[in-house]
Amino acid sequence: MKGFAPIAAVFGVLAAVPLVVHSNVTLNFLVVALMIALAGQGWNILGGYGGQYSFGHAAFFGTGAYVTAILQVRYGINAWLAFGAGIASGAALGGIIGSLTFRSGLRGSYFALVTLAFAEVLRIVASVAPITGAGVGTLIHLDLRAQAFQFQSRALFYWVILTLVGVSLVVARLIERSRFGAWLIAVRENEDAAKALGVDARSVKTAAMVISGAITAAAGCFYAQYFLFVDSGIAYGTWMSIEALLTPIIGGVGTVFGPLLGALVVKSLGEGAKLVTGDVPGLDLIVYGAVLVLVIWFTPRGLIGGFAQVGKRLTRRAVPATTSIREAGHG
Amino acid sequence: MLSPTILIPAILNGLLTGAVYALVALGLTLIYGVLHIINFAHGALLSAALFAAFFAYRLLGLDPYLAVFLLAPLFFALGYALQRFIIGPASRGDDRNMLLVTLGIAVVIENALLYAFRADTRTINVPYAFETINFGFTFLAVPRVVGFVAVFLVALALWLIMTFTDMGRAIRAVAKEKVGAELVGIDVAHVYAMTFGLGSACVAVAACLLIPTYYVNPGVGNAFVLVAFTIVVLGGMGSVPGALVGALLIGVVESISGLFLGESLGQIGIFVIFIFVLLVRPSGLFGARP
Amino acid sequence: MAEPLLVVDRVTRRFGGLVAVNSASLSARDGRITALIGPNGAGKTTLFSIISGFVAASEGTVRYAGENISGEPPHRLARRGIARTFQIVQPFAGLSARENILVGAHLHHRARDAALAAAEEVGRQVGLSDVLDRPADTLTVAGRKRLELARALAISPKLLLLDEVLAGLNPSEIRDIVPLIRSLCGRGITIMMIEHVMQAVMSLAEHVFVLAEGRVIAEGAPAQVAADPAVIEAYLGHGAAAKLRASHGH
Repeated sequence: MKGFAPIAAVFGVLAAVPLVVHSNVTLNFLVVALMIALAGQGWNILGGYGGQYSFGHAAFFGTGAYVTAILQVRYGINAWLAFGAGIASGAALGGIIGSLTFRSGLRGSYFALVTLAFAEVLRIVASVAPITGAGVGTLIHLDLRAQAFQFQSRALFYWVILTLVGVSLVVARLIERSRFGAWLIAVRENEDAAKALGVDARSVKTAAMVISGAITAAAGCFYAQYFLFVDSGIAYGTWMSIEALLTPIIGGVGTVFGPLLGALVVKSLGEGAKLVTGDVPGLDLIVYGAVLVLVIWFTPRGLIGGFAQVGKRLTRRAVPATTSIREAGHG
Repeated sequence: MLSPTILIPAILNGLLTGAVYALVALGLTLIYGVLHIINFAHGALLSAALFAAFFAYRLLGLDPYLAVFLLAPLFFALGYALQRFIIGPASRGDDRNMLLVTLGIAVVIENALLYAFRADTRTINVPYAFETINFGFTFLAVPRVVGFVAVFLVALALWLIMTFTDMGRAIRAVAKEKVGAELVGIDVAHVYAMTFGLGSACVAVAACLLIPTYYVNPGVGNAFVLVAFTIVVLGGMGSVPGALVGALLIGVVESISGLFLGESLGQIGIFVIFIFVLLVRPSGLFGARP
Repeated sequence: MAEPLLVVDRVTRRFGGLVAVNSASLSARDGRITALIGPNGAGKTTLFSIISGFVAASEGTVRYAGENISGEPPHRLARRGIARTFQIVQPFAGLSARENILVGAHLHHRARDAALAAAEEVGRQVGLSDVLDRPADTLTVAGRKRLELARALAISPKLLLLDEVLAGLNPSEIRDIVPLIRSLCGRGITIMMIEHVMQAVMSLAEHVFVLAEGRVIAEGAPAQVAADPAVIEAYLGHGAAAKLRASHGH
């Protein structure tokens, strides 16, 4: 199980944090960062490993959030069950959107557009439909009991989201080492070549979208339980679609830890920007947009990819420069 | 509700709205036809152009129909620079990277506007904003009629540029066969930048035509550009006549569904069409198979 | 005698007004190498795309192991045992050579360890053992051709479609790879190859089909086909056969 040792190590270190850090502000920052990391890991499964760049992942986040909230508020369902239902609906939505779009063979710009459109449609519907509370939104009643999935202590919320993130890390690692993962990555690299090797590209991509939808929906479910309020802008707004894709790209697409690293970096940059110039709306997103452009420009494989490249360059210098052309070209 | 006295003005107004949509869509389809990517920064550029037109009026006292002659070249230069010095180098020709870079630029521009000018909605008051022209059976607002005419003039100008100038020929060559164009010595990076500039200039013209009757805030561009995406896909990516026809069609559909469903749900009609077209016939009315 | 493994029966493919393949009929000799030659633009790669499921035939059928496979998608045909290489090599650029072959190996080996072992073995057979862990896009042209071949072999095919696998190789590289291709027949794999390198066609193929402008204009043993005037005309132009005969007479 050596492939999982780094995950266990990171999990252990992060789990110890609330034992040392007691500031609510810091814990809150970390909780939000972990939530974004979870949403980003969802995107990463489809976009990083599968190469299908969705610009509308808010669709899954919002669905998870609304399902969790509505089941509790309108149907009195237990909060933990509602949470599970939220994740399941994210998966189902992933299956629906995936089978529709991949059947039509949509890729690239078209895929980005159609995912954007789905998120927008959901946002508009949520902003007027009575079941979501329309413009007013849905409020979950404060009920600080464990059965209601609400906790007095922020540390407990922290451990919940950390566990969810940990699970998503394990899922990513399992995918990396499985046949499904090898096929998914092959589809990303060259779909036609993959098909010629027996890969059912459409099913593989749809399955990736189901997993992706479930993970990002889980982040939405958590949002609902932590902030106790959901409206159409929060649930399906473009801010989440952007953050869900930003964190894996900055951290490293197609890697296990990319979204986590990216989320911590992005959120730190956002906080840093606010410290410098005060809490003016829009500033953190300006920073995010600029960082996105810079990362694509200079380290398209993200921070983890950047470290790997530096590592390679350092070890390459150890090889003597006298390797003959014939040797170098062998094979 | 289906009586002609309500339906006909709705259709006519839909056509007028469609015309301005067309102008935004024209720029987008031009960029797609040549660079083969959807420019996600298009909406943000429209928002920026609206702010520019607003300040041209407030600070320089320039009527929007005059400001167009200042803003179109300005935005042409801005679009050129964006593609030449940021988007091109950053994405290194990779389609997926180009999507992300334009998205990043969109986020930066929109939020810079938000940061600088807040989310308040602004409008300008020009004397002719509420004047109407009597077409016999109905009255139509002057600025919107001007907009309608202007769009066809711009489309004509674009056609003239594409057909008779060297740059136009170069653009068409790159759109058809990039490698071949490179081989005959065309500077593809320059052509890409010129195309982006033209697309941005279209957006600036659209902003000047919109501002007499529309409002300005950082989010407006987004609302328009999603409609523009729909039009471009419906009409066929890269097809100029497709963008025009698609835009008029969408304008009318929006107007009529607004009659039956109200404003916000009317918007849904557009997206549903969008998703439907993407799933069923992504090549649109006039485009080539993707 | 049982039907050959692959039978292409009067297949036609139109692209709008262009007829890329025109009522072409051919078959592969089981366990042997059949070559498909012809001038550029003759429709050979289109035919391969039809056989491997990437393109649908406008008319006609393709039969594999006695069954009509027309219209089946590529991944289903791969599972049946049809493998193809691409004229322009398409490695999974971001992955190592080993990981490339692994994708193919996974078709019949679900577990990663078993698939890795199979990939290692195929890599050895194809002569890539030394470079298995190099990124695929750092291999030489010859290396990439071998990798393309290795990936196709990893799916344990019964029918192997090689599309100009020798293109871009220098004479010594060709000399090295020809025995490898020949050895595949020894393992019972049926091979159909599109090739322009005539020396290889002559030494490898038992049977040759000549395609020109979408039609099969000749077939037979390599030497026979090479002397066929219709074939000479297809390659060298109208009247060339007569000119050649005339010049030989002097």
